[in-house]
Amino acid sequence: MRSIFKTGAAALAMTTILAGGALADAHGALSGTLRISSDMSNPGPRAVMEGLAAEFDAMHPDLSVELTVVDREAWKTQIRNVLSANPPDVVNWYAANRMAPFVNAGLFMDITDWWDAGDFEGLESVRGALTQDDRVWGIPYTYYQWGVYYREDIFNELGLSEPATWEEELANCQVIVDSGRACYTIGTKFLWTAGGWFDYLNMRTNGFDFHMALARGEVPWTDDRVRATFANWRQLIDMGGFIADHQTYSWQEALPFMINGEATAYLMGNFAVDQLRNGGLTDDQLDFYQFPVITPGLPQGEDAPTDTFHVAAGAQNVDAARAFLQYVASAEVQTRINGPEGLGQLPVNANASVADDEFIQQGFEMLSQNAQGGIAQFFDRDWPAEMASIGMEGLQEFMVFPDNLDDILARLEAARQRVY
Amino acid sequence: MTTNTSRGTATWMQRNRMTVTPILFLLPGLIFFAVYVISPIFQSFNISLYQWDGLGEARYIGLENYRELATDRNFEISLWNNVRWLLLYLLAIPLGLFIALFLNQTVVGIRLYKSLFFFPFVLSQVVVGLVFSWFYLPREGLLNAGLQMLGMGSVNILGDPDLATYGIIAAGLWPQTAYCMILYLTGLNAVDPEQVEAGRLDGAKGWKMLWYVILPQLKPATFIAFVVTIIGALRSFDLISIMTNGGPFGSTRVLSFYMFEQALGEYGFRMGYGSAIAVVLFLIMLVFIAYFLWQMWRDDRAARHG
Repeated sequence: MRSIFKTGAAALAMTTILAGGALADAHGALSGTLRISSDMSNPGPRAVMEGLAAEFDAMHPDLSVELTVVDREAWKTQIRNVLSANPPDVVNWYAANRMAPFVNAGLFMDITDWWDAGDFEGLESVRGALTQDDRVWGIPYTYYQWGVYYREDIFNELGLSEPATWEEELANCQVIVDSGRACYTIGTKFLWTAGGWFDYLNMRTNGFDFHMALARGEVPWTDDRVRATFANWRQLIDMGGFIADHQTYSWQEALPFMINGEATAYLMGNFAVDQLRNGGLTDDQLDFYQFPVITPGLPQGEDAPTDTFHVAAGAQNVDAARAFLQYVASAEVQTRINGPEGLGQLPVNANASVADDEFIQQGFEMLSQNAQGGIAQFFDRDWPAEMASIGMEGLQEFMVFPDNLDDILARLEAARQRVY
Repeated sequence: MTTNTSRGTATWMQRNRMTVTPILFLLPGLIFFAVYVISPIFQSFNISLYQWDGLGEARYIGLENYRELATDRNFEISLWNNVRWLLLYLLAIPLGLFIALFLNQTVVGIRLYKSLFFFPFVLSQVVVGLVFSWFYLPREGLLNAGLQMLGMGSVNILGDPDLATYGIIAAGLWPQTAYCMILYLTGLNAVDPEQVEAGRLDGAKGWKMLWYVILPQLKPATFIAFVVTIIGALRSFDLISIMTNGGPFGSTRVLSFYMFEQALGEYGFRMGYGSAIAVVLFLIMLVFIAYFLWQMWRDDRAARHG
């Protein structure tokens, strides 16, 4: 799937002028070919990526942009081959621990100097997620919040309000269960959804710093604080808070439970909103709240997975790659590609404006004002890959057979000692 | 004398034509087989002695991967699941035989019935997996609808770690039975009617007829059915991937699936460990390969010596 952009450039000349300001000095110098391999293969993101490539191509007359879009799932394994043999200049990937294999193998270019030179103004707050060994290895281009999406209409019918504490949460859930519904829908067939629950319960029970220490392998899984997290989780499981047979469903297959009103809420990333709307729920029926506080006084940490661009270590056209990253990170482009016409997510540039959407606005407010604990990426991005896969399997087992907890924790602890 | 001189003047090529020609014809195939089949086997053996993420430096760790396998519970589960697959998949042979016997008659429209029974074999494994996972769905599935009509509780086969593997094997048996059936149908065409007649005169009927007269004549078909069923059982990867993705919590993995997860899956890239699993799987297959080769060699020899 390869397309070369040279035609239709004139139509985009207007936006070029808008976006070009800061990059004006670099314009004349760029020539040759800029090769981009992207995993933005879903229809919406694909259009965004193709738009970016076409526009960047039009901005630089002597440069031709060659874009290869790879299926998002396939890319997770293909990136290895792509980077090691005849690498393109710019690739898509994910932040945090997911970068580690490529950073360690020297396949991503160290772009700390570009950050220090002020290329990416407005991105300072997200620099940490792209940092490893004190060097910076890429730039983010979008992120999204996680949280509880719930059926506002059912909450109103039952006389419930958004819970802020764990007691309120449990009380709410009891009312919902008594009304014959499940509090939460979830589909754990592909495991990661259970990782989201663990992230939140652990960050709320023990705090963000403990959560990250666990991710770094500094705390044993058999620690009493970890058990406290699972004990809280078990309260919800035992009261029938989750839908039955969730181990058989994918996250999409779990959506109808919420759409049909058999479950009232879903702990999920913001990408679920689109699906819920497509399923027929209106914005009057849907609302969002931040995961409630469990241990009072702990600053709240949030999951906000970040998608990224990196320059390959073997890039041929480094100047063009640098200009492209600058362009993508600029406030104007950030506002546009994360807007409702684009990805419908949060822009990474602090100077960009956030789309006028109920959920994106709430997410932005939450992450900028109420996430003092810190921003985590997600279970399968913060933990090393091997630990993440064993871990998520254990989390799924716990959700189905909570009594197996001791066995599960012993297994995870054995894996921790081997992996780190 | 003349023959001797002519032999002396003949080129090496002319003298050895009978040996060289077949070798030349076989050579392209042999080269490809060596490069793409034989050498990867030895490469796997080699890689299984290293710790390697597929990108950086490979580190030699001796038999450490195998030591880890010995204590890996997921490996043990996968191994037992492979045994379950191998044993239960063989049910396809008797099932196929009985359907073939049942369909081996001349009534109106028998061709249609035969094609209907053969139909599942035409479907891709992926489609079979999807159809069965819908069939097993805990609430909407046909299976549970049937159970509820009979007044029984619902069962989530693919969500139950004790049942899921059997559920997948049942799905796999559907097309495999059709395959064995078609093998036996062709075999039954070759059954000698005179022997059947002779058997009948001697008073054989029913089970005795089947066991002593029909089955011995179906031996070649049975052998092929056995071979394809064993191969099918070891190739269960696609069904597992579609129906449970190895879950719930890894209870439906088999060795090939576990190998894929460890070596090439999203959270894997432990090439050495994956190779160690592949080596174990290869050794299991080697038992069957050796048996098949020996069987074929024996048949071949019997045919040649009468």
